[in-house]
Amino acid sequence: MNVSALTPSELRSRLKEAGIFLQIGAFVIHVKTSIRSVAEGIGLLYADYPLAEDVGFADFHVRLISPGNLRRWFRPQVLFSFDGRIPFKPLPLDQAFPMLEWGMNWCVSGHAHQYLILHAAVMEKQGGSVIMPAPPGAGKSTLCAALVNREWRLLSDELALIDKADNALVPLCRPVSLKNESIHVIRKFEPDAVLGREVRDTMKGTVAHMKPPAESVAQRHVTARPAWIVFPKYQPGAPTRLEPQPKARAFMHMVESAFNYSLLGPQGFQMMANLVDACDCYEFTYSNLDEAVAVFADLKLPAP
Amino acid sequence: MKAAYSLVAQVLRHPETAVLLGLAEWDLLIRQARHADLLARIYAMLDEQGLIDSIPAKPRAHLESADTVVKRHAQAIRREVHCLRKALATIDLPVILLKGAAYLMADLPPARGRIFSDVDILVPKGHLNQVEAALRLHGWASSHHDAYDQRYYRIWMHELPPMMHLKRQSVLDVHHNILPESARVHPDPRKLIEAAVPAGEDQSVKVLAPVDMVLHSATHLFHEGELEHGLRDLADMDSLLRYFGESPSFWSALMSRAQELELTRPLFYALRYANLVLGTPIPESATINQTVVRPHWSLVAVMDALYGRALAPVHPSCSDWLTGTARWLLYVRAHWLRMSPWLLVHHLFHKAFLSPKHS
Repeated sequence: MNVSALTPSELRSRLKEAGIFLQIGAFVIHVKTSIRSVAEGIGLLYADYPLAEDVGFADFHVRLISPGNLRRWFRPQVLFSFDGRIPFKPLPLDQAFPMLEWGMNWCVSGHAHQYLILHAAVMEKQGGSVIMPAPPGAGKSTLCAALVNREWRLLSDELALIDKADNALVPLCRPVSLKNESIHVIRKFEPDAVLGREVRDTMKGTVAHMKPPAESVAQRHVTARPAWIVFPKYQPGAPTRLEPQPKARAFMHMVESAFNYSLLGPQGFQMMANLVDACDCYEFTYSNLDEAVAVFADLKLPAP
Repeated sequence: MKAAYSLVAQVLRHPETAVLLGLAEWDLLIRQARHADLLARIYAMLDEQGLIDSIPAKPRAHLESADTVVKRHAQAIRREVHCLRKALATIDLPVILLKGAAYLMADLPPARGRIFSDVDILVPKGHLNQVEAALRLHGWASSHHDAYDQRYYRIWMHELPPMMHLKRQSVLDVHHNILPESARVHPDPRKLIEAAVPAGEDQSVKVLAPVDMVLHSATHLFHEGELEHGLRDLADMDSLLRYFGESPSFWSALMSRAQELELTRPLFYALRYANLVLGTPIPESATINQTVVRPHWSLVAVMDALYGRALAPVHPSCSDWLTGTARWLLYVRAHWLRMSPWLLVHHLFHKAFLSPKHS
């Protein structure tokens, strides 16, 4: 059964009482909350996700709580609870849904060391996948949102999970987080894209999440082979430019964007080396999304 | 005892039963073990018994993840000890390791699957200034800058304020005793230093002798006010006792050393709760000795009620309506044992009203 099978009021009451078990890629996340905006966000953006009620096992148990003190009336707040522990400071109640998204990223990046984890977007098309690591502001999520609306499958817009056994990319398909101008850019680029409510004045500015394509959600268990590593850079007015990057430099950039590279020790080094060896590496400067999509459509699979 | 009924304690007692658990029970076990910092310990126990591959993939991933963290951590600590040895060699002192780092360097069973945040060393009190200077020259700096804190540690405590290495950000606790100066009992640290034994091949890296190591672990656990890692520390105790307890002379040596160092009371509680919660085998000779040092039955009943709750993992599934009170009372007890009431009032007053507030 998918989330979409529940009416908004059924979803709200389930979230409030037992919570729901969302199957997100390789993980089951148990979410419990009585906050309305979170229920609305889940209802809209996670509509195509299956509920894993009968498994009995959740990887992470999270709750969003509004503290029951005076804050209830004066500038209400929200707390993220990881199975009873509160890892972050509270945020204004209005930011409850983005906090769930950030909290889930933290759960995975801080605890799932069975994978090599990179801060990167991952998309796949016809058997080859592209890894896009980038610092905030480089336009990674915007480019990712554009590509998944043009036939690329979304594996993740935030966390690349690499399997230790076979170096395959493991999907963690979740809503794409768009910030500030990108929200407007994506609305214009793809008027059919479904976006959640815009939340203003967060630590990242205004954020809105885009619903992932249903086909990407349906293929949540299908791993992908890495083919390209692309370091994107958005530069206003710049011509579209795809330049090969030496592998040694790509390797060092990849290390910078990894969450647990040093934790994995020699295995981390070997995995990263295999990954970079298997991929063609590029630096990509862009300002026009249509041109960017055309460049990605022309990428050739690297020679084996 | 409440703590004995938690699923994680059951699995620590009988790791072989883990293969019988259903997914819903695994869900609870992973949650309790994560809160008690025992995920990697459970991995190590199952791995030792060759059972890890029989565990369902989903919970196994969490155990493996914790094991990855612990293995990397162990590597970092070995390097840290190597650097410490170099620093203290300049003043001709051996490194005497305590707690987690000691278990690791001496390759003792509690090191398997154990994570600890800092390295603890024991040095003779008369050498404190030299030690501090040598460590400063090798990159360690004191992390407490407030004059009151510095004075508090130096006058009343059994350790210097924690030091941090400026490049590696590792934390080091330099002890000159195993209990605060202001505490009710005063074990003589010179005896511990004299009896220390090499951890391995290297004569300049030492650990406490087996009986002293057990007594220190017991003292630490039953003078500690914050017991969120209580079950993990009790599990250390359990594996030390199972390991050293194999030797026939160990138990009588342990009892007489406890008398000598005035540590019979913490040892009594340590053996009692290790046995009740984790099923640690205690030989009859030691049990007889324990009846001699046993406190009045009414006190034991109160302590059972308090520790029975506080030694459980800090997880909603292991708490009842008295758990919060039990933890608070043990916190108060720990302070009571560490300093006289007058000093405690003075300290709390200073902390509340005079110390500069940090954000």
